[in-house]
Amino acid sequence: MNNHLIESDPFKNHENLPERHRISKIWHGSFFLSTTIGIISLTILLLSIINQAFGYAIIENKVDPSELSAVPLNELSKEKLTQILNENVSKNRYKTIDRDTPIAKMTSGDLIHLITNEIIEPTTVKSYFLLPSLFQTGQIMRTQQEEYPDAEIKFRSWLNWNFIRNSLSTNPDTTGIRTALFGSLWIILITIIIAFPIGIGAAIYLEEYASNSRLNRIIKTNIDNLAGVPSIVYGMLGLAVFVRSMNSFTSGAIFGVDQTNGRTILSAALTMGLLIMPLLIINAQEAIRAVPASLRQASYGLGATRLQTIWHHVLPFAMPGILTGTILAVSRAIGETAPLILVGASSFINKEPTGLFSNFTVLPIQIYNWTTRPQAEFRNVSAAAILVLLIVLLSLNTIAIVLRNRFAKKQG
Amino acid sequence: MQGKSIESMLKKKPHPGETIAYMLLRFCGIVSVFTTIGIIFELGKEALLFFQMPEVTPLNFLTGTTWQPALGKFGILPLLTSTLITTLVAMMIALPLGLGSAIYLSEYASPNTRKVLKPTLEVLAGVPTVVYGYFALTVMTPFLRWLLGNDTVQVYNMLSAGLVMGIMILPLVCSMSEDALHAVPHSLRNAAFGLGATRFETAVKVVLPAALSGIVAAFIIGISRAIGETMIVAIAAGSSADLTFNPLHAAETMTGYIARISGGDVAYDTPEYNSIFAIGLFLFLITLVLNLVSRKISAKYREVYE
Repeated sequence: MNNHLIESDPFKNHENLPERHRISKIWHGSFFLSTTIGIISLTILLLSIINQAFGYAIIENKVDPSELSAVPLNELSKEKLTQILNENVSKNRYKTIDRDTPIAKMTSGDLIHLITNEIIEPTTVKSYFLLPSLFQTGQIMRTQQEEYPDAEIKFRSWLNWNFIRNSLSTNPDTTGIRTALFGSLWIILITIIIAFPIGIGAAIYLEEYASNSRLNRIIKTNIDNLAGVPSIVYGMLGLAVFVRSMNSFTSGAIFGVDQTNGRTILSAALTMGLLIMPLLIINAQEAIRAVPASLRQASYGLGATRLQTIWHHVLPFAMPGILTGTILAVSRAIGETAPLILVGASSFINKEPTGLFSNFTVLPIQIYNWTTRPQAEFRNVSAAAILVLLIVLLSLNTIAIVLRNRFAKKQG
Repeated sequence: MQGKSIESMLKKKPHPGETIAYMLLRFCGIVSVFTTIGIIFELGKEALLFFQMPEVTPLNFLTGTTWQPALGKFGILPLLTSTLITTLVAMMIALPLGLGSAIYLSEYASPNTRKVLKPTLEVLAGVPTVVYGYFALTVMTPFLRWLLGNDTVQVYNMLSAGLVMGIMILPLVCSMSEDALHAVPHSLRNAAFGLGATRFETAVKVVLPAALSGIVAAFIIGISRAIGETMIVAIAAGSSADLTFNPLHAAETMTGYIARISGGDVAYDTPEYNSIFAIGLFLFLITLVLNLVSRKISAKYREVYE
């Protein structure tokens, strides 16, 4: 080994020492540079999303609020607001609104929201990103005065409370992610219910019971390979098995649910369950493997059975690790898009899911749809939805890291 | 107690609960095998229907240069070349940068820097791919068009998708390579330093060769990820199955085609429906082989140092 090193060394002469140090320095720089490039490009990615989620928007109102009342809307009483609504929308529309949610029961805030959507109908005619909004403010103001003199210009955060609360709509100004958030929530819950017990069970079997038999070796290799299968292949499996073959089950037809196809929450959750299972098993196996053997031996020594040992000693000890792994697997499922395209997330539904057999859409699918729309405003909307998604994932990851650190301290 | 022999007292008592639990846990373990069988069976079944169509033969499928399901032309080459081009572009970014930053993290960075950078990379590896797709279309493509001219770079192009895919895979390649480098025993480094080798010589001539199999495994996993990646190419690479080798042009990849066809409400048992399964099976087999090779290589290096 030593001889090999020296003989193969092209810089073995001592005179070359400064040259060798120079080369070493240059490479040090380039290794550092590649790390920096990686970090910088990922920073640009995050910044570009923030850049597109905020900025000036030129907004045209169909009806000027000052025509409706002399004082600003939010200073009016409830009765006055109801009167404005009554006078400005058609009779039929008023009845429909009243049937959906009784107008008498609405708060002033709800009424203002309603008047804005139904009568004033603000529409963004042009939107700017954050950077030009900050550095070319004068130019933007001039454009507005020259080209859209009637319009109003204001700094807009596309990520706002209404965006989270509103249902999906075709208008980028009033659309929201409520439907998609509920869809994501439902699917994640059902996915956990399906995948968690089976995943942990498999991990326990592999770590605590499995001998080195042929079948067990096959199971282990198989799980490792499944973890590397592209997610879109799981989507095809879900389409063929859950959506199509098991149509009567996943559409809820055998339970008497009136649903025409198998493109439901249940199909999506089953697909996602299979997708995150390998990840879940591998993470849980690692956590169980970290449990000291002495703990098991002490338990056996006191006469506990295998199951008692696992249930009372191994699992409680491994639980923080298992939970960390589960959170990581779940955050993968939250961001996954491709398989749900195949399983049939609807691109346009505005009713939030009510159960296992509802059609659905999820946050990443909405981002995908908005991104592929031609109107520029949908880019802003898309960026706002990405921010929501990233905030959710980042919080989950932080929880996982905190859990892991606590776990490490306890063990150390 | 009397009348019983000691042997019978020491005999293992039957525990029905234990047996049931064992069977249940064993079943959980076997579920994953069913998943694989399900994938192979379902994809194989639909792919078989696809190959039974009169206009399709396996030879045509693998060597045909036109992919136009509407005209009954099913040659996978246009889809395959664009998959390979985007993958190649991605790996040209991810391999050097990933390996470079892995060497920096493992051999140069102070423990504190490492403590910050590694979790950062892990978090960034968790950014959903649809976000990268958005980035490719709204930032990378405009940038490339500004840089190289609107006439040379199409609105949808493979270069943009490939570059962003490279950024996406970078944390994975870096993290796996870093693990491999880190697993090399310190005695090796100390020996090299003792012989007067510089830091760079130690890293590249001693540590790198020792970790080579792990690094190659990371590269292969990276390639497999790039081939199977869907959302970035579906958003940014375009939706025309043209046979082109120019990365500045739009071309649909295998995964992009699957996503586009299944995104609309495709009717069951049409040639298009069956064709996505044939492509899916192809994709599954490619990534399976890559993953198996990677596992084999990395298992070899574990034997040496653990």
